[in-house]
Amino acid sequence: MMNIFDTALQLSWLIPVLPAAAFIVIMAVFRASNFFSAAAAIAAMAASFLLSLGVAAKTLLAGFTRDNPFVLKVTWFEVPGLHIDMGVLIDPLSALMIVVVTLVALLVEIYSLGYMHGDGGFPRFFAFLSLFGASMLGLVVAVNFLQMFVFWELVGLSSYLLIGYYFYKISAREAAKKAFITTRAGDFGLLLGILALQIMFGTLDFASLDTLIPKYVKEYGDAVLTVVALLIFLGPVGKSGQFPLHVWLPDAMEGPTPVSALIHAATMVVAGVYLVARAYLLFHTLPSALAVVAWVGGFTAFFAAAIALTQREIKRILAYSTVSQLGYMMLALGVGSLTASMFHLMTHAFFKALMFLAAGSVLHALHDRADIFALGGLKKYMPLTWAAMGIGVLAIAGIPPFAGFFSKDEILAAAAGVSLPLFALATLTAAMTAFYMARMFFAVFYGQPRWDEAHEHPHEGPWPMRAVLVVLAALAVTSGAAGYFLHFGEWVRFGPPHHAGIDWAIAGTSTALSVLAIGAAWLLYGSGRWSPDTVAAKAGPLYTLSFHKFYVDELYLWFDRTVVDSLGRILAWFDIKVVDGVVNGCGRLAEAGGDRLRRLQTGQVQHYALIFFAAIFLLVVWMAAAGPAAAKAAALWGGAGL
Amino acid sequence: MASVAAFYLLAAVVLAAAAGVVFKRNLVHSALLLAVTFIGVAGLYILLAADFLAAVQLLVYNGAVAVIVVIGVMLTQKGDMKNSNPPNRMGRGLLVVVVLLAAGMLAAVLTTKWPVVAQPPPGETAGAIAGLLLGEFAIAFEAAAVLLLAAMIGAIILARGGENRGSHRT
Amino acid sequence: MAAIGLEHYLTVAALLFCLGVYGLLTKRNLVAILMSIELMLNAVNLNMVAFSRFITPDAFVGQLFAVFTITVAAAEVAVGLALIFSIYRDRATTSTEELDWMKW
Repeated sequence: MMNIFDTALQLSWLIPVLPAAAFIVIMAVFRASNFFSAAAAIAAMAASFLLSLGVAAKTLLAGFTRDNPFVLKVTWFEVPGLHIDMGVLIDPLSALMIVVVTLVALLVEIYSLGYMHGDGGFPRFFAFLSLFGASMLGLVVAVNFLQMFVFWELVGLSSYLLIGYYFYKISAREAAKKAFITTRAGDFGLLLGILALQIMFGTLDFASLDTLIPKYVKEYGDAVLTVVALLIFLGPVGKSGQFPLHVWLPDAMEGPTPVSALIHAATMVVAGVYLVARAYLLFHTLPSALAVVAWVGGFTAFFAAAIALTQREIKRILAYSTVSQLGYMMLALGVGSLTASMFHLMTHAFFKALMFLAAGSVLHALHDRADIFALGGLKKYMPLTWAAMGIGVLAIAGIPPFAGFFSKDEILAAAAGVSLPLFALATLTAAMTAFYMARMFFAVFYGQPRWDEAHEHPHEGPWPMRAVLVVLAALAVTSGAAGYFLHFGEWVRFGPPHHAGIDWAIAGTSTALSVLAIGAAWLLYGSGRWSPDTVAAKAGPLYTLSFHKFYVDELYLWFDRTVVDSLGRILAWFDIKVVDGVVNGCGRLAEAGGDRLRRLQTGQVQHYALIFFAAIFLLVVWMAAAGPAAAKAAALWGGAGL
Repeated sequence: MASVAAFYLLAAVVLAAAAGVVFKRNLVHSALLLAVTFIGVAGLYILLAADFLAAVQLLVYNGAVAVIVVIGVMLTQKGDMKNSNPPNRMGRGLLVVVVLLAAGMLAAVLTTKWPVVAQPPPGETAGAIAGLLLGEFAIAFEAAAVLLLAAMIGAIILARGGENRGSHRT
Repeated sequence: MAAIGLEHYLTVAALLFCLGVYGLLTKRNLVAILMSIELMLNAVNLNMVAFSRFITPDAFVGQLFAVFTITVAAAEVAVGLALIFSIYRDRATTSTEELDWMKW
């Protein structure tokens, strides 16, 4: 048994390579075959998943820790002063991540078998999914910042390709561009931070940095390093959709729903959280950087929840809930609990994938009718989807014994230990989360159908979709309790192992608030006893603000139209008038000069002959006048005899 | 003394005929005066004791070049010959330039100290030239033969007017 | 009347050459230009024969060069006139002022 796990560990480099190979094979060979492309993608991902399980088991058995990881690396390139490796770093953190990523990616690919059936770009879709998974896995097992950055950008690229999958739709193209450009803004900071680290420490290796950073702080203080850490944090802010760079994430739902599930659950957005966790020593050494992480996370959680309260599109609500949950994870990191953050990352991956795929079932059944108030009464048509979505809602709302309860409780407990305002914010956000999730759930599955019951016949999806929902629902129920009872904190941790018991004062408060919020949502949207419009009218400007997403997009647009455009106009003027002016001026000068000079070319041979004789005559006169020296010079000048 | 008088006579004939070639407005007159110039130059060659060259001059220039030029005139001129050889617009101005050029050349000729060797003229030159042509300058001689052949073929092709025009489709 | 020396011949050759240049530059008719070139070639030949006679009377190389010049001149006249025929057939003219397409 040990041997199998050892082999898996030695082959761990195959985990990102297999899906990458699937991508290449599909693009090169199977581009025309639906069956083979899906088979290649799923086989590669399944193999990676099995390897990941083996690696995780070995990690637990061999007792690898963050301080004592398993590293497999080869030199990538080497120039004087710069040595960069590429390889695989296995510790409990990355072992957890590869299992989660491969599992969710595998499930999403299986689900897509049903969801994407009959789509014209089927092989392309599976190729991009494979690339997406490979990039994320390469990022997770990275041994240094540069490898991580390369795969980080690959993740960005593949998300661009997948969000823009329906490239014939303008909105999809725009959303893909928005995602790419917005995350680039953060990546720029990340790159600067990485360069600064290379300059300061001469290495980007995670293990070496772990020993060098404390030494540096002891010697020089933490002022410069804080700036570097905040620059690096810009990358996760963009990638993980933290305020104020969260705007791309809700638009990313323009991609097919399985892609949204993958982006929101296992790849892309959690990359930012993972980066902070991977570089956690850097942040942990710098209290002010940590405080920034905590407050950005806390504020994002609250802010996104406030927006999600009033959204009407099913996937948009889920998207804002993702932003909010990512804020939770950042908050957990910021208050010093890597364990809680990763725990929540894992449970969130399962229940968010579950909810997105359930939403996908709804959209699949009702032909992309996205407005939750255009749905309703679906419970009796789609009981499995109803159950799956219900489990997801209970899990994200933090109702025991569902997964979210355990992970959210850990975050709240960690926040309570550090800062009371943050704890209050997080608890309030938990209640809001329960409310908007319940609102979506009740509006979609209860009440009178608001669609045409006579003509549309919603039904469950084909078997791959149903099977995946069942698996994910089971995980969403059990993963929290499993993590809790199997002492998750003793493995995935920073610092000494710990196992926090459930603080019933905190957990009870948040659970009670969530139950109350769900009750309020039932009264408003389920039973119809209260009128939502009255409440909205009472909230007045707050409702408007939330419905318009606090006008962040409009603010960016305004900024773009005024500042960026006028700057662009100035630069364009400079380019057209000055740069082009100089270039065109040179051209015009030559043209005008040529126009004058060409009049010398009369076409009259005798004119040419005259000039020829005149020149020779003058040369002879000069030679005669100036003597032998001039004759020699003239001979040299003419090149004669040389 | 006879040779001195002969020189001046011949020089006057050559220069007058050449001036006629250049200034006459009738192309036929120019062509005939050109032949006179050639004969005059041949005479000067005899004065210079270059008898072989004088013969070549008469044969090639008068026998071939002058005749070809006359044929050229005949083939390219139509109608009245009276004003067939006018000067172009640069005519008057160029006279000044050419006079200046002549002055410069004459100044050079008259001021230079020529390393003249005083020696009686050789009696006969054809033998010596033949020795040189077929001895030391044999390669140049052969090259000149090739040149003449090439010029002949080229002239035939050009005068014929190319293949696409000189076809048998008459 | 002094004895005829090198300078006399050179003077005649120079004047002959200048007349040739003048004709070359001023004549409109291509055949006339060809004639002017012949004048210039004759002037050069005269020069070489004169040098041969007065400076290297034993070598005859000057005369030999004149022979070659005459050969080349014959070839030149043949090709030149062929060109003139060709142009005349194409353009129905032998006037240089109308043959001015060698420009912009």
